[in-house]
Amino acid sequence: MTSHLNRRSLLTRSAAAGLLSVPAVSALSGCASGGGDDNSVERGETSDDNPLGVDPDAELEVVIFDGGFGDQYALDAEAIYQESYGQVAHTKTTEIQTRLQPRFVQGEPPDVVNNSGADAMDIAALTRNDQVYDLNELLDAPSLDDPNVTVRDTLMPSTVEMGQFGSEEVWRLNYAYTVYGQWYSRTALERLEVEYPRTWDEMIAVCEAAKRQGMAGWTYAGVYPYYFNFTLYPFIGKIGGGDVLKAIDNLEPNAWRHDAVRAAFEAYHELAARGYILQGSPGMTHEESQDEWNGYQALFLPNGSWVENESRRNTPDDFDMAVGPPTGLDSSDAMPFETLWTSASEPFFVPADAKNPIGGLEFLRVMLGRQSARNFTELVSSLTCVRGAADDLELPPGLASAKQAFEAAGENLLVPRLPDWYKQLNDEEVGGAVAAMMAGDIDPDEAINRCQRAADATASDDSVQKFQHV
Amino acid sequence: MEDTTQRAGKDVTGSGGRGSEDRLTPGMRLRLAVAFVLPPRFTPDSVRYDRRYRKLDQYRFIVWFLAAPLLVYGIFVVSPFVQAFFYSMTDWTGYSSSYRFTGFENYERMWNDDKFWDATRNSLLLLVVAPVVTLALGLFFSYMLTAGGRRRSEAVAGVTGSGLYKIVYFFPQVLSLAIIAVIWARIYSPRSGALNAGLDAVGLGSWQREDWLGSSWAIWCVLIVLCWSFVGFYVVLFSAAMSSIPNEIYEAARLDGAGRSLTFFRITFPLTWETVRTGWVYMGIQALDAFALVNVMVPEHGMDVLPSYLFSKAFRDGQAGYATTIGVALFLITLVFAAVMMRIGRRDRIEM
Repeated sequence: MTSHLNRRSLLTRSAAAGLLSVPAVSALSGCASGGGDDNSVERGETSDDNPLGVDPDAELEVVIFDGGFGDQYALDAEAIYQESYGQVAHTKTTEIQTRLQPRFVQGEPPDVVNNSGADAMDIAALTRNDQVYDLNELLDAPSLDDPNVTVRDTLMPSTVEMGQFGSEEVWRLNYAYTVYGQWYSRTALERLEVEYPRTWDEMIAVCEAAKRQGMAGWTYAGVYPYYFNFTLYPFIGKIGGGDVLKAIDNLEPNAWRHDAVRAAFEAYHELAARGYILQGSPGMTHEESQDEWNGYQALFLPNGSWVENESRRNTPDDFDMAVGPPTGLDSSDAMPFETLWTSASEPFFVPADAKNPIGGLEFLRVMLGRQSARNFTELVSSLTCVRGAADDLELPPGLASAKQAFEAAGENLLVPRLPDWYKQLNDEEVGGAVAAMMAGDIDPDEAINRCQRAADATASDDSVQKFQHV
Repeated sequence: MEDTTQRAGKDVTGSGGRGSEDRLTPGMRLRLAVAFVLPPRFTPDSVRYDRRYRKLDQYRFIVWFLAAPLLVYGIFVVSPFVQAFFYSMTDWTGYSSSYRFTGFENYERMWNDDKFWDATRNSLLLLVVAPVVTLALGLFFSYMLTAGGRRRSEAVAGVTGSGLYKIVYFFPQVLSLAIIAVIWARIYSPRSGALNAGLDAVGLGSWQREDWLGSSWAIWCVLIVLCWSFVGFYVVLFSAAMSSIPNEIYEAARLDGAGRSLTFFRITFPLTWETVRTGWVYMGIQALDAFALVNVMVPEHGMDVLPSYLFSKAFRDGQAGYATTIGVALFLITLVFAAVMMRIGRRDRIEM
């Protein structure tokens, strides 16, 4: 899921605020020394049923992020694991970092961590200190359902890639599968008697039609303006090709000054300049923008496929939610209209210092089995990274449309890495520049300059770890 | 303490041997030292009857009583501070027990970090403006509540309904800062918020903004909330200070024909100055913090204050070492502020 400030983390942070306030320096100075005992579990005998060699008596400790997906799916997977192996100690929390950081510092982490939410740990920082177990061993193991197929071959595209940080090691497994795009209501489009826009001229026409009916074309989460990146990045990729996005991810000089970037920024700026953006969007949270969108105040919303579940309570019955690929510019686009940003999300990893890392791998192998994957989709209405697991399931309209869009895209998938490689650059700098442009404070040139300056600053900042596309 | 010193005193006079040994021999020195660290009942007689014993007994008492709290303070307050100075010179991520010593690299980076200076500027602005506004409002309200009224029967009285106001002013203090921040974030919300709606209602629709908290207005939005949430506390604090001013002084001023403002500046303010100054330091520290408000209300791409910048470096970017460097800077600013406040405006306490 995405990271927002929920009520719980707010209270944690205000507690942290108390710590940080007067004796600000003392807050961070908890003793950084100390080490764990080395009482890890030995690898057991391997067999066809137990290809990784899990010690059948060893305990397994699993920590699940208790966010939008809850933890029932994990409990169900743990039950399957326990049929063959040792007891599972299950913890759910919304405060992954707050709870687990001290244990990592002590060298006594749990065996599986669902590292998600606003309080997730910086996995890049963990890999820098060799604190994460390489999952390649799991990926090369036979899959749960068919011993002739490796786990790797059961995964959706980009799943392995999303676990890599510039090298062959796979540090994490992103279990859910997200489709990003322009989310809309089929009912709203039908009422306006318009088709989903495929080119920017059509987009302008649709927005104009909406404006005549007193409806805005777009709304977005101005407080978290990086939501705009969900459609902006694939839009850029579509106009100029995937290499433009790769150059941006690699922090190459002048990557942001590419014509495709300028075209995309100018197109979005046009929305604001023509008054197609819902008034007040620059100051809205994601929930406020979703509520306005659900209330037919605006047509399009840049978002990811979790939005259906998240906005479930406010979605009218006749809404008929759907997602489309980002509208292209025109016929000169480098990639077809169906081009889509899809990516595996909801990360799981196995700490290197875990007592029972092999058990951790096996648990993930169980989760990647069809039974667990289908269970996940049914419970939380999200796709998983397991190929074809949701094929004959009945899906809610938004999710069904996301699946269709994914299938229509074929090979034309884009996976921008800026959001997870350089979170600060993506969320704060690019997000801030886009926010200022959409609020009408700066023009596209200035927004692009700000992005480029921020990218250059990140590139020359030694304290930020750098990654390259493999 | 009285008990032991009295007994000691009696013993000294009872023995009549005072002044028997004026020069401190090494042996006596040792015995005094031993007596200092041992409980009184183990004090050797030769020491007990020494004339220096009274002083020793006094200091022994003080030191023994302070030892425990000082130890706790040293372990839980001083030592983290000292450690912080050390960690500020490392590249510690905050995730593992390994780090590298990097000397003053973090400090150099901080010196050239524009975002750090932006955050510092915001923090200093709050530090200067928030106490002035809050204390001025607090003084004004509490003066009106305790001595602002004009009634025939009494020389000094609050305005009508002052008892109710006192309670109402205190309301925000009951809420936690996090809750206040959430409520005010709703007020600033562009479409459903009370601020934009209120501006519209009074015909100032052109003053409406689409993103109060994401724009350069954010610092003023935070300032208002900060003042709003603390003013009640100072009303109560100053009311207490003002009620200790004897009525005769007010009566005399009234007889001499002084009005409300003259009475305030000539009598009330000088007589509550000590409280105001203490309040100033406290409010300044609150303003330097402002973390909960900024973290909850202001979007990530919006403005930062020092503590929120520190927080994002430590817990978002995994740079606990650098964050500690910022913490050291914040510590120094706090220290300088407190020192300045305690120095300026120091005057003799007026006895009443």
